[in-house]
Formats: sequence, C-alpha cells, structure tokens
Amino acid sequence: MRKKSAFVTAAIVIAVATLTNCSKMLPKMIDPNYGVCGPVSLSSAQSVLFAQGNDQFFAIRTASTGLGPYFVSTGCGECHSSDNRGHPFTMLTRFGQTDSTGNTFLAKGGPQLQNACLPGFTSQQIPDGASSSKFIAPITAGVGFLELIPDSAILAMAAANVNNPDGVRGHPNYSSIPPYVTPFANAIPRADGKYICRFGRKAATYDLLQQVATAYNHDMGITSTFMPFNPYNYLDQTAPSSPSIPDVDNTTLNSVVFYVRCLQTPNQRNANDPTVMNGNQVFVNLGCETCHKQTLTTGYSPIDGLSYQTISPFTDLLVHDMGQGLDDGYTEGNAKTSEWRTAPLWGLGLAAGVQGGSYYLLHDGRAHSIEQAIQMHGGEAAESVTRFNSLSPGDRNALLTFLKSL
Amino acid sequence: MKIRLLFTSLCMSLASFLHANAQIDSSLLKNGTKDTAKNALTMDAIYSRPFLKTGKFPVSIGGYIESNWQYTGTSGISVGNQFQFRRFSLFVASSITSKIKFLSEIEYENDPTGDPADAKSGGRFEIEYAALDIELHPLLNIRGGMIVNPIGAFNQNHDGPKWEFTDRPIAMTQMLPDTWSNTGFGIYGKEYTGKWMFGYEFYLTGGLNDSIIDNAAGKTFLPAANANPSRFTSSASGAPMYTGKLSLRNTKVGELGLSFMSDIYNTWAVEGAPVDDKRVAQVYDIDFNTTLPWLRTNIITECAWVYVQMPPNYTQQYANKQFGGFIDIVQPVFRGRVFGWDHATINLAVRGEYVDWNVGNFAATGAKMYNDLWSIMPAISFRPTPQTVVRFNYRRQMQRDITGNTIGAALGLTEGYSLGISTYF
Ligand code: HEC
Ligand code: HEC
Repeated sequence: MRKKSAFVTAAIVIAVATLTNCSKMLPKMIDPNYGVCGPVSLSSAQSVLFAQGNDQFFAIRTASTGLGPYFVSTGCGECHSSDNRGHPFTMLTRFGQTDSTGNTFLAKGGPQLQNACLPGFTSQQIPDGASSSKFIAPITAGVGFLELIPDSAILAMAAANVNNPDGVRGHPNYSSIPPYVTPFANAIPRADGKYICRFGRKAATYDLLQQVATAYNHDMGITSTFMPFNPYNYLDQTAPSSPSIPDVDNTTLNSVVFYVRCLQTPNQRNANDPTVMNGNQVFVNLGCETCHKQTLTTGYSPIDGLSYQTISPFTDLLVHDMGQGLDDGYTEGNAKTSEWRTAPLWGLGLAAGVQGGSYYLLHDGRAHSIEQAIQMHGGEAAESVTRFNSLSPGDRNALLTFLKSL
Repeated sequence: MKIRLLFTSLCMSLASFLHANAQIDSSLLKNGTKDTAKNALTMDAIYSRPFLKTGKFPVSIGGYIESNWQYTGTSGISVGNQFQFRRFSLFVASSITSKIKFLSEIEYENDPTGDPADAKSGGRFEIEYAALDIELHPLLNIRGGMIVNPIGAFNQNHDGPKWEFTDRPIAMTQMLPDTWSNTGFGIYGKEYTGKWMFGYEFYLTGGLNDSIIDNAAGKTFLPAANANPSRFTSSASGAPMYTGKLSLRNTKVGELGLSFMSDIYNTWAVEGAPVDDKRVAQVYDIDFNTTLPWLRTNIITECAWVYVQMPPNYTQQYANKQFGGFIDIVQPVFRGRVFGWDHATINLAVRGEYVDWNVGNFAATGAKMYNDLWSIMPAISFRPTPQTVVRFNYRRQMQRDITGNTIGAALGLTEGYSLGISTYF
C-alpha cells in the first residue's frame, strides 16, 4: 500500500517539477528574418496603436460589420496573410481603362469587379467592351518606407534612364488624387495638378491612406468617411448605398494605416554567403538593378524608425513598358496598358512559404517560379532577360540564390 | 408557456436543493442513480450521471465542475499561465411518475462558442438542457424542451469528469457546435435482447443560421450559430432542423453510433417573400467506443463530415465541406487502494485529433485548400473515485491556414501543458 502511495506522490512531484519549467519547453519564436514582419522600433503609445491596427488588419468582416454586399474578400489579412505576397484565391479584377484619359466604365462598376457577394445578391459582371486585368496582393511589409521616398528621388531615377543603352526608360505614374488625400510636403506635382503616385501594381495610388480607404471600399465593401458609398451592381438598377454611420470609423481606419506604415522591411538572409554575394553582382551585371533599385533613402518621418532610412526594396517606383506578354489591355493613371510598377523584390525568397509552397509572381501570379517571372519580362527589360538566358549555370544559380535570400 | 413551466419547476428544484443543503443532515442524502455505463448506450449519458437524492423529495440533483491551469505557446508566443474555470454545470432531475421524467442542466461556460467575436463577452450561463421525457413504450418516448441535439457521441456524453483530457476534442466542439442544444421535440427508444442493444433518436428543433458562413472566425463555423441570441425563439429559415441517431451496442464488441443532422440554415424569405434560394447544411457523424476485454483499454473515437451549400459567388474562404475527428485511447495502469481511496485508478491516455476546416481545392489554382490542424495529446490521469479526475496533458498541435502557411497568428506549432480537475458533485 505504501509503495503505491509513494509511486503516486512521485508522479505528482515530477509533474509539478516539469510544469514549473514549461516555458522553456514550448516552441521557439520563428527567426524574424524568416517569418512575419513586426514593426519598426516604436514608442509605447505607438506600439499600442500598431497592435490595434494589427487586430483590425487581421479581423474578418461580416455582413453585420459592414462586409459587402459586393466584395472580393473579408479582411485585409485574407489577401495579405503574412504581410507578404498574396495567393491567387483572393485575386481581384480591374476593368474599364485603356489610356490616360481615365476609366470609362465608372457608371458600370469600374474600376474594380467585386467577384463575391452576400447571399441574395446577383453577381457583378464585367460590362461588355471593357478590358480587364487581374491583380494578386503585393507585399505589404516595408510600404511605410516606400511612402517616404521623396518625389525628387523618383524623378531622378527616371531622369537617369534617359540614355540607358538597354532601352530601359520608366516614368512616374502621374494621377489625380482624391480630395481626402493631403499631398506630401515635399511633393512635386505636374503643371496639370497631377501627383506622382506609387502604390499598387500600376503605381496609381498616392499614399497609404488612399490605399487603405480604397482597399476597405473596393476589396471588402466597407464604407468610410473617405469613401462613403458601397460598391454596387449596375445590373441591380439600384443606386449605390451609403450607410449613415460608415462601416469603419476613422480611428480604426487610421490604426490600420499606422499598422501597414510601421511594418518592418523584410530582411535579407545570408547576405555574406559568397554565392549570394556573387549573385548580387550578376544581378547588377544583367541590368536588373536599373529598375529593381537596390538602395533608396527615405525622407523625414515623425516616426523615428522610418525617418531617413536606407532600404533595399529593389524597386524604383516607376512604371515600365514590360512588353506585349504583360499587356493586359487595362491601365490606371497615366501608365500605358503594358506598363507596370517595378515590383519590389524584398521578401521574394519567403514568398513561396506563404503562398502555399508554390510561387505566384508578377501582377497576377502567372509566374510559378523566379525564373519564369524573369523570362516573362519583355519590353524595356528584354535586354536583361537576353543576358539572363545566356548565363552560365553557376552564375544563374548564384543569381537565384541571391534572389531567394531577399 | 412551456418555458414558464420549465422555469417554475427549475426554481422549485433549486429551492429544494438549498433547503436540503441547509439541513446538513447527511442521512437525508443518499446516492441516487449510479453510473451504469455497462448496460447503457451513449444516449443514456444524460441520465447516467451520479445524482443525489434528498429524502422523500421527488427531485435529485447533481452537477460537475471543470477547472484547470494551462500553459501553451504557439511559435514562440505564449500568453503565460492561464487559470481557467471552464465550466460549472448543475443538473436537476425529477421523476414526476415512473414514466415521466424531467431533467435540466444549467451550465456556466467560460468561452462557450470558441468564436473570436464572442470571446470578449466572457462567460455565460445557459440552460443547456431542460426537457420532459414521457415514456409510452420502451421503444417510444417523447422528449420536448431544450434538448441536446444528438449529433455524435461527444455531444451527448461530454461531461468533464468523464474524460482524461482538459480540452474537449476540437472537431467535436469547433467544427460541430459544442454541446449543441436547441428547443424542440422528438422521439427516442431503446430495445435490448441478450448481448445486443439498439437505440434511436429523432428530433425536430430550431437550427443554424446565416452566421455559419459569415462570422468573425472567417471559416465555415457551425458553432457561430450558437451566438445567435434569437435561436431559441425563432429559426432563421422557418424550417425545422432534423437530427437523428442510431446506436447499436454489442456487449462484447462495443457501441457504434451513426448520426445525421440537416437544416436549411439561411434566411431565404423576408416577411414571407422569398429573397434567396434555400440552402442546406448537413452533418454526418460516426462514433464508436469499446473496451478491450483483457487490457481494459478504452477506445473512443468519432469523426464527422460537414456539408454546407454555399451561396453563388461567395468566397472560398468559407468551406462547403469539412472533416474532423478524434480518437482517445485510455489505458488503466493502476487500480486499487491509494491514499485511502479504495477504487482509485491511474490511467495513461492519448488523444489524436484532426480537423480540416476546408476540404477541397482552390478554384483559382486547383491546389489543395488547407486550413487544417492536427494534434496529439498524451495524458496521465488520476481518479480517486470514478466521479473525480485529476489530469495532466501535454499537447502538440500543428495548424495551417487555407494556403498551407504556418507562419502567422495562432498558426504553426503549438505546444502546451495543462493540469485540470473535474468532478461530479
Ligand atoms: C481582395 C484582396 C485584398 C484585400 C481584402 C486587401 N488588399 Fe491590399 N492589396 C491587394 C491588391 C491586389 C493590391 C494591389 C492593388 C493595386 O494594384 O492597385 C493591394 C495593395 C495594397 C497595398 C500597397 C502595396 C504596394 O506595394 O503597392 C497596401 C499597403 C495594402 N494593399 C493594404 C491593405 C489593407 C490595409 C487592407 C485592408 C483594409 C487590404 N490591403 C485589403 C489585395 C487586397
Ligand atoms: C525595365 C525594368 C525591369 C528590369 C530591367 C527588370 N525588371 Fe524585374 N520586374 C519589373 C517589373 C515592372 C515587374 C512587375 C511586372 C508585373 O507586375 O507584372 C518585375 C517583376 C520581377 C519579379 C517578380 C516579383 C514579384 O514579386 O512578383 C522578379 C523576380 C524580377 N522582376 C526579377 C528581375 C530580374 C532578376 C531582372 C534582371 C534579369 C529583372 N527583374 C529586370 C521591371 C524590371
């Protein structure tokens, strides 16, 4: 009898001893270089705001919290699940604009098709005669830094290409900005009142406030004071509805803007690996760097972590003619239908890990590997692709190793 | 009217409980129905609980509590030590005549739905069960009131003290609604011959609603319907939900249960005018339990399939098909006298679980949709008496989002320890 009691007592003692130590036995934090991007360094007050924005970014909207009636997805986090590139299942469709004179299908639901709707509503259709293009979510990490690249720097990058022997040109996308957007203090507008825009696949969105307000509205059917009307279906023959209290209040919306703005840049991994360093050199030699700019410097920001920082986004924020293969016949702002914003390459190596194991690259995810993405470049990038195709296997491998380290 | 009747009888039973307690005269208290698991079906679980009978009162009472400590972490993020008072349940039963019985169960639960939208509202008191049973024939009984839909064995037999694990099986509580109870009525019956026992149940109740495919969890989530405040008074579709279960038990082999639930879940008419198609949600469930004769190893397993008709042009984030299940293996390793308890047992146990909240492929890519989870949970439990359990569990769980991504909030590897107690009283 004693023995049994002793046995039980021992078991309990062991259990308790194990427990007191258990924090050490739990799964380890993912190395931040490989995982989701946290914020830049923030004050306590800023951290609280960031956390609020984080919650809202990943919150799911439902019919009772304003979703729809027409929408593409139910939350920012559904499309931007790891603050990295998105997955084709949340791909959205834009239609109705073929040149810089603007979207001629606004009355028929342009510029965006909301391919999902709440039960009981009829599905939207792309109107006859409208050309369209599909977009998957670009990486959101680091967008706060991109917002701070001064217009002067963007113009300088365009000017530097004037005599580029490969034929690389590129220009900023000048577009009108909505009334709720305040131009940056250092903005350099064009004489016709249009501003240099930088976000989105066509670089047609001015700043993160416009990006977030538009995302709420066009992607989720969420109204705000900035965009008070719900997307609607012209086939319903009703007027667009506008709830008396917007679906998202300004405090919430601003916290989400703050969240994306403060996301840290993805970090390069194994930067000192000799193959990676060699690949970096190949990247420059091929002329990729003319568009995918390795080093940019941000301007002033009241958030210290963003202010005057040197970053490696691998974009020039300009739109470039990418040739017929990537010409979907749809555009925004003053970009041509074949022109796309140079996709930032940071976070590229982590993309497959958050896209279900496969790569979905370029604006609509049509490229299933990094090589494919490169080979689909045409137009201004044709020369660099020709050089890529004649690389020695060693250099090709080095280049890909470098790109995967981003 | 029915509700008021139930309420009055409930209050009376409670009053008698307080009265009996106030006397502190143990001679008035004697153990009523014992746990007679050996010759009962899972459907009898609701009555085969330890009840206390007080003197000549026609009312017996009982209940259970569940409380535990947990320490879990997901991918390096831990909320630290959690002390959880999971549930407090009180049952009041009364035999009005030998063929008319009434049983009620009032439960306090800390996180009743597991729905993030609901989590902040905190704990909740709920009448989980309050039904009147009238026996016309052993094969024909009528039950009405607030009943637990017999979808799967776990739903019917979920009392904390019966299990060696502090957490309930994920598929049976987060894919199927946890202890899914509803107002309604139906019939049941049993028959036994020698080694065989057969039982059936069939109920018509209120049902699900649109929130199962429109909720803050962002996935097809039947428990979301639990949060609908008007579900006890009106049905979203105006049509009853059907639930049925067949059980077959062989004393040598074990018990097999097959259950089925079907409901038109959407609000398809507004003020009588149809505004949408009717859409159906269905659940199929198989459960099995047995005790291997030599080793006295107890095996309990259950799995379920959920099918939900989707509105056209909806997002694939909400699944039209789900699958999940669990298996518990419980091995008594010690039985006998310890610390002065005559019938103490120590069990080693393990639970394996799997849930796929989105079975199927992406329309956009043809690739598999994930949104799944598996978990393995070894346990050791000590039962000083069959009614009381102290249990220690370790959980190792892997969760992926819809695209298969394991990096993100609550995704990836979760490990955790929990120590809990649960007892009937
Ligand atoms: C349906 C999927 C979807 C949803 C929902 C969505 N986004 Fe996006 N997001 C995109 C796509 C596609 C783009 C590219 C848009 C374009 O080209 O104009 C984008 C672009 C962005 C960008 C700019 C990135 C860049 O480098 O240009 C930011 C920032 C952003 N989204 C934030 C958000 C926030 C915040 C929300 C929630 C309010 C949100 N998104 C909701 C798909 C989505
Ligand atoms: C003329 C400018 C230009 C040059 C030169 C160029 N690119 Fe690009 N690159 C782009 C543009 C624009 C896109 C986005 C196209 C789209 O969205 O469809 C892009 C996209 C990419 C992508 C896909 C990124 C993603 O997240 O989807 C990769 C990878 C890439 N480029 C690598 C390279 C490499 C390697 C080279 C050199 C061989 C190179 N690029 C040369 C403009 C250029």
